Amino acid sequence: MFQEFVLLSLRAIRGIFQQPHYWDDVFVQMDLIGIGSLPVALLTGFFSGAVLALQMSRALQTYGATSSVGQLVSISQVREMGPVLTAIMVAGRNSTGMASEIGSMKVTEQIDAMRALGTDPVLKLVTPRLIATAVTVPLLTILADFVGLVGGWLVACPMLSLTTDSHYWISAWRILEYNDLAQGLVKPFVFAVVLSLVGCFYGMRTEGGTQGVGRATTQAMVVASVWIVVLTFFIGRIFVSL
Amino acid sequence: MPERVAAQLAFDDISLRIGETTVLKHISFELGAGETLIVLGAAGSGKTVLLKIALGLLRPSAGRLILFGTDVTEYSERQWFDVRSRIGVLFQEGGLFDSLNIADNVAYPLENQRLLRCPEDQVLPKVEESLEFVELGHTLEKYPSELSGGMRRRVGIARAIVSQPALLLYDSPTAGLDPITANTIMALIAKGRDVRQATTVMVTQRYQDGEILAGFRYDVATGELRPADDGEATRTRYLVLEEGRTAFLGTPPELGACTDPYVVKFIPHT
Repeated sequence: MFQEFVLLSLRAIRGIFQQPHYWDDVFVQMDLIGIGSLPVALLTGFFSGAVLALQMSRALQTYGATSSVGQLVSISQVREMGPVLTAIMVAGRNSTGMASEIGSMKVTEQIDAMRALGTDPVLKLVTPRLIATAVTVPLLTILADFVGLVGGWLVACPMLSLTTDSHYWISAWRILEYNDLAQGLVKPFVFAVVLSLVGCFYGMRTEGGTQGVGRATTQAMVVASVWIVVLTFFIGRIFVSL
Repeated sequence: MPERVAAQLAFDDISLRIGETTVLKHISFELGAGETLIVLGAAGSGKTVLLKIALGLLRPSAGRLILFGTDVTEYSERQWFDVRSRIGVLFQEGGLFDSLNIADNVAYPLENQRLLRCPEDQVLPKVEESLEFVELGHTLEKYPSELSGGMRRRVGIARAIVSQPALLLYDSPTAGLDPITANTIMALIAKGRDVRQATTVMVTQRYQDGEILAGFRYDVATGELRPADDGEATRTRYLVLEEGRTAFLGTPPELGACTDPYVVKFIPHT
């Protein structure tokens, strides 16, 4: 099964450099994934930042380090919370969507029809979803990171008065190094590739009618989420040792 | 002796194994231009698998597949795209794309088959002509979900014939349809065969469907089916599959005379 996944991934990646390109499908998917996931990504990002500030406030007060709240929210949000939570939200919305849409096409013979009528289903269905996800998830993550900082600021300054507005924002900005920014962008890119390929893979191997579509959808969600959590550790490990 | 022409479609001792199961066992037949093959068999006997092999969607485990006089057994998926541009197919469920309207569904092979690449200004006229052929000229803007099962099959036929292919494959075109709609579909298939002189393979579980293709011809002058005269035989043969193997292969009179207990189950008692 892993071998099949790797083969599909290689074909989909090769499709980026191979004619024909289905740009219309890429833009439709960008709209579905990028614009469609924007509200949920922003909401999750905002409250993750707010919760970070809230939960850390007591610990910081214990050590008299409440002025570091901006740094703490910033590093956690950019390195970890933003990329992981955004990716899990997109997996829930779009990996499942891809698995169910492609799975339904599979069980109603639309994939066979596509092949019979001169179209490679990997180029038409998988590659556009891969490109669209790889472009939009990092952008969504940047926005989620920013609103997360806003959420942290709302809790830290107006709500709990842990520090001043200017100190919060200056410390949040200054603590970030290139390593953090790189980690915060590499992670969503890798997650995007994985969650789109996992969704498409389970869709393409759907069998057994509507029950099979349900099974593929659940598997896509579970496997994509597990991969995100596992990969975030390994990517984090690489960047920590840099 | 008449000159031997290259087979449009030939199975030469083809077998297919999927996992531990052999779903097709040593199937052989040959179809010339304009000939018709009707494939009968119980559910799970390998009928659809046979069509998928003919279309290159499944690769046989053994044997040779000849299409349009060329051995295509070892063709890559890319090579198959060119071969498929000469084949029209109707899938059991219609295989219409939910996200496209009827006009775009029928236009799909014209716009996507690399060898066809129809000029843009000719696509719509051909789509309209094809939909008129199946008497659904008014459905251009509709979506598959807005049509009945019978209408979806007719759109599937329109899509199969829009590129005027030399070989037409039909997978259970009347399954699940009422007898009146089923007869309409069969008349359209006979019409598609006789107007274009296409080689036709039809998978079905209904003997009556075969009888229509074997015993009737489409009369272009009257626009109706009429019984085929002796002098203009429809060149039809039957293939009966039993658990993936050939239980019978022969002409309609030979099928009528067959006494095999499995085969006679498909022939209604008179």
